[in-house]
Amino acid sequence: MSALRILVSVKRVPAPGAQITLTADARAIDARNLGFTTSPHEECAVEEAIRLVDTHGGDITVLTVGPPEADEQLRYAISVGAHHAIRVGNEEIASGEDPDPQATARAIADAVLALEAEAGVFDVLLFGNESADSGGFQVGVRVARALGRPIVNGIKAIDIADGVLTARRECDTGFEVYRMPLPAAVGVKEGINLPRYATLPGRLRAKKADVQTIDASPPRGGLATVQFATPAVEVTETVLLGTGADAAGAVVDLLSELGLA
Amino acid sequence: MSNPVLVFIDHDRGAVGDDTRQAFAFARACLPDAAVAAVVIGGDTTPAVTGADTIWHVRHAELDDYAPEAWGDALHQLAAEVTPSAIVTTGTERGNEVLAHVAAIADEPFAANVVAATPGAPWQIRRARWGGSLLEDATLTAVLPILSCALHAYPSDPSTTSTTSTTSNPNVAEFVPVLQPDAGRTRIVDRVQVAEGITLTTAPVVVSGGRGVGSEEGFAAIEALAELLGGAVGCSRVVTNQGWRPHADQVGQTGKRVAPDLYIACGISGAIQHWVGMQAAKQILAINLDRDAPMVTKADYAVIGDLHEVIPAIVDEIRRRRAAT
Ligand SMILES: Cc1cc2nc3c(=O)[nH]c(=O)nc-3n(C[C@H](O)[C@H](O)[C@H](O)COP(=O)(O)OP(=O)(O)OC[C@H]3O[C@@H](n4cnc5c(N)ncnc54)[C@H](O)[C@@H]3O)c2cc1C
Repeated sequence: MSALRILVSVKRVPAPGAQITLTADARAIDARNLGFTTSPHEECAVEEAIRLVDTHGGDITVLTVGPPEADEQLRYAISVGAHHAIRVGNEEIASGEDPDPQATARAIADAVLALEAEAGVFDVLLFGNESADSGGFQVGVRVARALGRPIVNGIKAIDIADGVLTARRECDTGFEVYRMPLPAAVGVKEGINLPRYATLPGRLRAKKADVQTIDASPPRGGLATVQFATPAVEVTETVLLGTGADAAGAVVDLLSELGLA
Repeated sequence: MSNPVLVFIDHDRGAVGDDTRQAFAFARACLPDAAVAAVVIGGDTTPAVTGADTIWHVRHAELDDYAPEAWGDALHQLAAEVTPSAIVTTGTERGNEVLAHVAAIADEPFAANVVAATPGAPWQIRRARWGGSLLEDATLTAVLPILSCALHAYPSDPSTTSTTSTTSNPNVAEFVPVLQPDAGRTRIVDRVQVAEGITLTTAPVVVSGGRGVGSEEGFAAIEALAELLGGAVGCSRVVTNQGWRPHADQVGQTGKRVAPDLYIACGISGAIQHWVGMQAAKQILAINLDRDAPMVTKADYAVIGDLHEVIPAIVDEIRRRRAAT
């Protein structure tokens, strides 16, 4: 059983609550009062990498295309068990500009090639199925295609044995099973595992960890954001059926009306 | 007459869902003057997908079961031959995946989960971000425009029924792509059946629990109610994070999208990331302690109270009435 070299791509995203507020020019989410997090699918991808390395040995590189603030998410990954942190960016990205999916994928693919030229091929590239904020459903596929590696998205279980990666994808009635030769790439979905919390020694290690930066100026792709808008909220007149257990009669009346009870 | 629009058909061994009808509605809304050409990849029998003007049946031994890379290769080759005015589908898991492959091969942009689109140079599009809780206006500059529409954004046209049956269709053309020897390396090699009968995404009623349920055991009453109503159990992300329910039950941005006739939200506050997963429900009933919770104010019906009292009382009342008839 040979050790695995794993790379996980993550994205820093704001964590909005019951409502999203926009900046005055509608070009961004107003994040002044918001915390930031790692996009949920990628949080699970980091955890999956840790579990694979627990089983097989090896090491984990976590990479983000993002501003210097995204070091917070890279350090989170280190605190739970990743070994190396890479931030890919340029001046525009540092000022908060979110590159389009083609540019993001190009930047990641180039960085992967540079890292592989130094220290060898990554056996596994893990991506989130889609980022929480832009939801483009394509960066992982583009990177895998650029590198000529197989990729399957929507994966909720990974097993590796004898150079073959077996992946399970949830469908309506159960799971589909895919089998790919390594090196391979996977788009991970939340639910593949329950991510662990950082330990105190982990947090200390993360604080002291180096973040390597790589400059990238990929050409722009064909999808360009003009502005954001929040969807119109339908105003609903809520019919109150009652309070407490006494409401049961009114609820069952409603269920009968809908032909359900 | 502009070039045809290619509509990728998401099917599983011949079975298609309502998303296919939504894809046709999207294609006709974007490009009313273009012929709609459905693309069915794989399978032996001639597909009969109604709702399209023509059908491309793409055949190759490597394509018979779903294989994202090979399906992407095949669709890209067909597009190179046909030069369509656009390639579209509905933003299902497979729809977005196959179109991402086509876009990657062609080095073209791909706009996923579009809710409005106007062709031009560039296309003006509006797409769903954050699972639908934020909209993005964007321009799409492409030689080959590739777009998926957000699920449920383009209601299906009821006059079109899309089923693959054995009835032959006069407008079917075959296309045989040339695939690399390893193109099938990401094909489905096996399937594991877990659920039978009613599933979360097809159930007419979903009874869903959130943090307010309080424990794994707390879901017993929710299961009892779901069973009585012939429905399925759903939950919020807090519940899966606590390990009270499997992630397969999670509704929301990073869980499942559901559109039942009735969604009963028990002890769920109504955070946007949950809301986007069930806002397509026809009716919403909220059971919550908090009169001001967003789920309550946005619901059609609400009961204010402790779900641990309300749900058993509803279960008892249904049983009582059924026994009486
Ligand atoms: C990127 C991202 C993606 C996300 N994806 C999802 C997703 O897919 N699905 C999802 O659900 N969430 C998702 N979330 C999380 C979401 O933001 C909320 O945290 C979550 O939905 C809250 O779950 P809840 O309503 O169960 O809990 P809370 O928000 O804590 O609400 C609990 C509710 O229960 C009520 N209550 C408590 N006790 C009782 C009782 N005894 N009887 C009746 N009512 C009671 C309370 O009044 C309250 O309204 C995501 C978050 C992020 C940042």
